[in-house]
Amino acid sequence: MRLLKSREILLAAAILVLLAAIAWRFPGFVRPANLANVFNDTAILIILALGQMMVILTRCIDLSMAANLALCGMVVAMLNATVPGIPIPLLILFGIGVGALLGAFNGILVWKVEIPPIVVTLGTLTIFRGIIFVISGGEWVNAHQMSAAFKALPRAPLLGLPMLSWIALAAIALMALFITRTPLGRAFYAVGGNPTAAVYTGIDVGRTRFLAFTLAGALAGLSGYLWVSRYAVAYVDIAGGFELDIIAACVIGGISIAGGIGSVGGAVLGALFFGVVKNALPVIDISPFWQLAISGSAIILAVAFNARAERRQGRLILRNREAAT
Amino acid sequence: MLQKARTENADTPQAPSGQLVLTLAGICKSFPGVRALSDVSLELYPGTVTALIGENGAGKSTLVKILTGIYQPDEGTIRLGGREVFFATAYDAHRAGITAIHQETVLFDELSVAENIFLGHAPRTRLGLIDRARMNREAGTVLERIGAAIDPQARLRDLGIASKHLVAIARALSVDARIVIMDEPTAALSHKEIEELYELIERLKAEGKAILFISHKFDEIFRIADRYTVFRDGECVGAGLISKTNHDALVRLMVGRPVGQIFPKRKAEIGPAVLTVSGYSHPTEFADIGFELRRGEILGFYGLVGAGRSELMQALFGITKPSRGAVRIDGEVAVIRSPAEAIRRGIVYVPEERGRQGAIAGLPIFQNVTLPSLSRTTRHGFLRLAEEFKLAREYTSRLDLRAASLDQDVGTLSGGNQQKVVIAKWLATAPKVIILDEPTKGIDIGSKAAVHAFMSELVAAGLSIIMVSSEIPEILGMSDRVIVMREGRIAAEFAREGLDAETLVRAAAGIAGEMPPMPDASTPAPLQGP
Amino acid sequence: MSETTQRFIPDRLESRWTSLLKSWETLLVAVAVFVFVVNALSSPYFLNAWNLSDATFNFTEKAMIAMAMALLIIAGEIDLSVAAIIALASTAMGLALQYGAGTPELVLVGLFVGLACGAFNGWLVTGFGLPSIVVTIGTMSLFRGIAYIILGDQAFTGYPADFAWFGQGYVWWVISFELVLFALVALFFGVLLHCTGFGRQVYAIGNNPTGALFSGVRVARVKFVLFLMTGLMSGLAAICLTARLGSTRPSIAFAWELEVVTMVVLGGVNILGGSGSIPGVFIAAIIMGLVTFGFGLANVPGIVMSIFTGLLLIAVIGAPILWHRLRGEKTLP
Repeated sequence: MRLLKSREILLAAAILVLLAAIAWRFPGFVRPANLANVFNDTAILIILALGQMMVILTRCIDLSMAANLALCGMVVAMLNATVPGIPIPLLILFGIGVGALLGAFNGILVWKVEIPPIVVTLGTLTIFRGIIFVISGGEWVNAHQMSAAFKALPRAPLLGLPMLSWIALAAIALMALFITRTPLGRAFYAVGGNPTAAVYTGIDVGRTRFLAFTLAGALAGLSGYLWVSRYAVAYVDIAGGFELDIIAACVIGGISIAGGIGSVGGAVLGALFFGVVKNALPVIDISPFWQLAISGSAIILAVAFNARAERRQGRLILRNREAAT
Repeated sequence: MLQKARTENADTPQAPSGQLVLTLAGICKSFPGVRALSDVSLELYPGTVTALIGENGAGKSTLVKILTGIYQPDEGTIRLGGREVFFATAYDAHRAGITAIHQETVLFDELSVAENIFLGHAPRTRLGLIDRARMNREAGTVLERIGAAIDPQARLRDLGIASKHLVAIARALSVDARIVIMDEPTAALSHKEIEELYELIERLKAEGKAILFISHKFDEIFRIADRYTVFRDGECVGAGLISKTNHDALVRLMVGRPVGQIFPKRKAEIGPAVLTVSGYSHPTEFADIGFELRRGEILGFYGLVGAGRSELMQALFGITKPSRGAVRIDGEVAVIRSPAEAIRRGIVYVPEERGRQGAIAGLPIFQNVTLPSLSRTTRHGFLRLAEEFKLAREYTSRLDLRAASLDQDVGTLSGGNQQKVVIAKWLATAPKVIILDEPTKGIDIGSKAAVHAFMSELVAAGLSIIMVSSEIPEILGMSDRVIVMREGRIAAEFAREGLDAETLVRAAAGIAGEMPPMPDASTPAPLQGP
Repeated sequence: MSETTQRFIPDRLESRWTSLLKSWETLLVAVAVFVFVVNALSSPYFLNAWNLSDATFNFTEKAMIAMAMALLIIAGEIDLSVAAIIALASTAMGLALQYGAGTPELVLVGLFVGLACGAFNGWLVTGFGLPSIVVTIGTMSLFRGIAYIILGDQAFTGYPADFAWFGQGYVWWVISFELVLFALVALFFGVLLHCTGFGRQVYAIGNNPTGALFSGVRVARVKFVLFLMTGLMSGLAAICLTARLGSTRPSIAFAWELEVVTMVVLGGVNILGGSGSIPGVFIAAIIMGLVTFGFGLANVPGIVMSIFTGLLLIAVIGAPILWHRLRGEKTLP
């Protein structure tokens, strides 16, 4: 087992200190049941952050994840409302498929047309939102239009945890395995860390980025279903502005925007940091309006901290004299 | 003027151990504005080290990239064991049994040593996952084989340069390749590590591998190579057995004419000290540097790659901050904190990394030239294009720049002409001291001569030049004095008269008398011992 | 290298007029004319001076920021916090209003907050060498977050009547104050970028920051000034927007940063830095205004228009790349 890098340990320590500080005044917050609640509440952000992590590792960025989520959410919600008979697992797979397709669209533009990822996803972000409006006619899909099974799945308890949490845990486990133990997962690091060298080792940089976008899209599709079923509503603007929260979770988690650096643990902890802050504010009686400013400060601190850690050391030409010959 | 020798296959005796492994024939490769390789051929034999020799920019690296599938040739054939092959990607070449230790370290800081060695061909478990335990074990074996004591599980970013280089070598040997290409593998290694590499090469030879060895160091070539191929200006100008040639003959092939003739003879009045550096130190890059540069002088800085010469020059230019020491310009103490300040003080720097630090591709020629002189070509901050074109024309024409128009993007020029633009840019600032860092690296012979001739003109006009160069003929031909640096310190200082290549190389490598004798070796007394 | 010795190298191969004719800006003008004609033909209400004047309010505030953002992006940086700066500046003005500030004070507060936010961004990016895209995602949350802390779900209203002139006033006939201001801003940045040594340094930094540094350009200082100016323009936009709406909510100008960036990129500015022009961004702003207005007249909801904007963005960036690819032009490896 490889040791977690210091970044992750420090972030985990920061979260623990935060929890301890809250627990000092409000012990109820750290009750296992409540912590499980916080995790459940952060589950979707975690899944999305895992997707974004892959994209950022390859030195790209996906601003369209939230719009992708909203579009997939709307598609599965409408499908469920029109044809309630479709089994939920099939519906989820369909959502994942649509998400992957949308992600692949981003990826193909990055790979084959070589448009900078930020421009591509800035464009598709507005396109996806527009498509939601077109297919839904601007209407909402409300709770009463969705089937009971559709809404029940994320809440269904299993060994004391809701299904939503289990899905997030499964996503974390699979992603950890994928990113550390498969050639493609390692290729993400290679492509982002040193694209020129990646070519030398026979890795197709564009194709690797394409796959990262596609997989991120698939996770956004999964999140789309989870989001609309959990909140039992789908409309054009769900998860509006969430794209930046996802990136922020990654940045706080120590994933370098310059590519090649980051870990599953970091992404999860970054998202959890958000979750703890968001859930703690009402408990410690601070207006939830503080949340945005706190996360903003956290992002700035995190990026400053990471930049210090990543700063390249000198080439160290001077050696000890005895090592010379 | 260039006397071209043909590849004389008829003259080539039979290979020491049998069949050809690889044959390249008629390989051509062009990039926009540059013909990198024309009609090049190469043969590799099993159990044989073939040295590929040529000056910077002769096309060696392009050939390596073609052999490893990174570039595809425009024309010509690659035959592997008699069968014609085509490498569309690096992966294809890899699978065909060609492996390479590239000049640039092709490694990934965030991955572990074992992962770096096995990226792309890691052992898998039955589930298709990477078999970490086996990978670490096998990486350990490979590292052991090359005598490197490196933990396979360490993260690469925690390793020093030499260790990284050993990892790169291990990576190349982790596949069972028939052909091993080594592109200047000893550049970053210490003396002891180089010896171990030689032993390894002997073992590879014994295993019957064909080795293509690229190096600038003649002692190295004569020590381990069996055959040679010489490139000049993208063409193959000679090949044969090392045992049938000598140092002089190879240099003649490489340069195309005797060394003495390349460099214009010049006479310049050496005046009083312009730049005095004393006790100059940096926390990690260099220490206790002290020298004097006089008016009208060309001061050469020689050393191995990574000896700290560029780092020293960049500190003098205000890019990095020294920790101690003093710089005097015309006797006055000068504290230089930024390039802008250096330029104002009359020190300018022509960097080695022309593409990244010198020319600004994307901007036209005239804008490159006027960039440091904008205060002269603007009035109240507003641009005056006519003035800019005038200034640009004045200095580019002095350098015999070849371009379609002054409005042409610098990025579309050849390396030599880009270098002329960079030099013109600095001349337009009317400097006192010009620091040239590898001024002719990777540029064609014609431009080289133009740059050298111009350097002579400049010192004649009263400027002073510091020239950092790794090319011995250039150092010997152009410098009035030579300072040799080793591991961040000044190792020796020599006057020009009577200085020879061997003395320089010994001072730079920090070894005494172990090297194979070279022709016309004489030993002048160093002015200042190591 | 060609063997023919050219004794004389001309300044330019083609006249500036010829290259202008082939430029991105010319294409944009053609698109603008096309959009104008289509709109005029499809709606009888389009060719009306007052309607057209109304249409300009769609884009003038964003376009002011886009002018400064264009320089910033050309220099290889980006500021995603501009909309949040508007929110913070507007909130600060609302606060000042509570303390009895008059119109001149409100304007000063707006401009000052904009400048301060820009300075903060610039300090983080140039002082610590942090990537601007992440820094400004952070400050975007921070600035708007502060607005939320101050306002919560409340709103500031009751701005003085003469303050409203900045967002609703007309200088002459149908020519609004905002339009005039936008024109002046565009002129200022156009001259700054294209006619001064500072502008030249901006291009140099965008094409090769290391090379610019090695050529004696004070890279950090130039970038800092660009962040300052982008902040100042956001403050200016905050004044106009607040005056136009007559109220401040923390969600004011939400997600404008993406529209501003779209405008800049559509105007032919390379998102990776190094090239672009103010006339291009100027025309792109007008195109986006005309399209919004035209869709509005045709009763197409704004959100559908966003599909069009998104496709336009991808198409204008992708088309030239594909075009070069299809012509089989080699790029240097």
